[in-house]
Amino acid sequence: MSFELHLRDADLPSLVRESESCTESDVERALGKEHLQLVDLLALLSPAASRCLEPMAQRARALTLQRFGRTILLYAPIYVSNECTNRCAYCSFAVQNDVPRTTLTLEQAEAEAEFLRAEGFRHVLIVSGESRRAAPPESFAALIRRIRPWAANLTLEVYPLEEREYAMLVDAGADGVTLYQETYDRTVYAQVHPAGRKADYGYRLAALERAGRAGMARLNVGALLGLHPWRSEALAIALHASWLMKHFWRSQVAVSFPRLRHGPSGYQPAFPVSDRDLVQMMTAMRLFLPDAGIVLSTREPAHLRNALIPMGVTQMSAGSKTEPGGYTMPCEEGAQFSVEDRRSAAQIARLIVQAGYEPVWKDWDRGLSRGAAA
Amino acid sequence: MDPTSLQEPLVIAGRTFQSRLLVGTGKFSSAATMRRAADACAAEIVTVALRRVDLDNPQDDMLGALAGGRFLILPNTSGARDADEAIRLARMARAAGLEPWIKLEVTPDPRWLLPDPMETLRAAEVLVKDGFVVMPYIQADPVLARRLEEVGCATVMPLGAPIGSNKGVRTRDSIQIILEGASVPVVVDAGLGAPSHAAEAMEMGASAVLVNTAIATARDPVEMARAFRLAVESGRAAWRAGLPGARESAEASSPLTGFLR
Repeated sequence: MSFELHLRDADLPSLVRESESCTESDVERALGKEHLQLVDLLALLSPAASRCLEPMAQRARALTLQRFGRTILLYAPIYVSNECTNRCAYCSFAVQNDVPRTTLTLEQAEAEAEFLRAEGFRHVLIVSGESRRAAPPESFAALIRRIRPWAANLTLEVYPLEEREYAMLVDAGADGVTLYQETYDRTVYAQVHPAGRKADYGYRLAALERAGRAGMARLNVGALLGLHPWRSEALAIALHASWLMKHFWRSQVAVSFPRLRHGPSGYQPAFPVSDRDLVQMMTAMRLFLPDAGIVLSTREPAHLRNALIPMGVTQMSAGSKTEPGGYTMPCEEGAQFSVEDRRSAAQIARLIVQAGYEPVWKDWDRGLSRGAAA
Repeated sequence: MDPTSLQEPLVIAGRTFQSRLLVGTGKFSSAATMRRAADACAAEIVTVALRRVDLDNPQDDMLGALAGGRFLILPNTSGARDADEAIRLARMARAAGLEPWIKLEVTPDPRWLLPDPMETLRAAEVLVKDGFVVMPYIQADPVLARRLEEVGCATVMPLGAPIGSNKGVRTRDSIQIILEGASVPVVVDAGLGAPSHAAEAMEMGASAVLVNTAIATARDPVEMARAFRLAVESGRAAWRAGLPGARESAEASSPLTGFLR
């Protein structure tokens, strides 16, 4: 059974209602258990649990420490293209927006990678807008082959691909795929993605299954928080992550909680997510999925990122630029979203040390990539 | 020889070690803390995940912190999902100048990090023929332990409980069978969450134990490292002294067969 059917059977609206009726004693029960069931997650995401954030955070910290140690992995993105055929209401890259469009040449992209390498990064995320013409899958493979010799880990955050294309990228040396569903709610999805290839909800939802079948070692799920009530999205993310863990048991599964702030031309999210909501969602996810990676990007402001480090985060980006060529030929008008945490990689590394953690630049190896076999 | 002497060394592949506590290097808050902990427990074998070290970088933090020659750096293949990946990592480590010792970990399941027995055996055969000293991480499976010994592994390293679980020697009965059958050192690896767990494994007759999470994630890793050292020494001494067996019931003070005297 596909995840799409699994999600339909799960009946999110009724799960949300159940969560909303949980009491503090349900939360206490969930906090006392070693292996959490879905009913426990419902309790931890409930309005009642918002009064129990401290014990949830303490438990999230202890679990993360045991499973991942006192370490935070650092990575950085390379935006290779901001050309895009989609019309997403919330995104600066959407086709209707008047921003300078760039697609890096292979040499320009490699120069960006070299910049990150000199900063110390060995985990690199390759990002692109959805334009198969400007940035075809083969261009990602070509870039991966160029930087594979020194990069420890290469993940893609690009438009959904066919299984054979994911397999081609695995052979080139790709280690993982990050793909946010944006929203798991079909109706809202259709509203904010009115046209373009992205209008196909099911094709996007099944992309990580195709990536898993193709042998991607790391699968990263998430939703763009603010499009739809967060409780429902958090439940869907949890269901998606655990479904992937079950069906692609060789792959590492990670979750992200990107929050929409403000978008192009005065766009405001319909359901803004507060810091408290974010903390509740993140710690509940850690308790429900002790083994999942939790990724925190520079979308979040510095003070919040400082505070979130000990609450279950395993991986942070640093010094990010979200426009193509941003490291070696900056032009911020072409950026996808505004980076809130503008501190440099070295500053973030120092901050992690101050928090009592080790900033880890390398936690994978090209020897573990299928691309290394060639 | 004094049966409680701690001087009897651990011998692996012809090399002699005074310490029976092997330590890992992951999960510490810094490479410096890791080094202090390794020193505090007098470890001589320190395992390093190849995925964490940058072999191309002479200034690598982890390897730099262990410099000084006192330690045998035992590279491990953590992250390898099949035999080919493990073999590739081992060869890359040797090519970069590390000694040809390898802690073989083939763990296709990133959640529980449980070892794949078939792939481990396959990789072990290749690496032994390739001249490596191979120390495989395995489930506490006595038959697999025998098979690995037959293909030339230098030790076997059965798990007490899943990596990082801190649950202790949950596989006790199977480890006992491995200990009775093994002709190579048996190192109990993974799951030892407290010094008492390490002592328990040593009392059973394990040749050594490997500890990482319990030390690295303690409030004071250096003090915890010292505690594990004492526990390992104590457990070893108890085993050599000959532990009296536990009994299910009290011994009757008025024996039924007393009249036979």
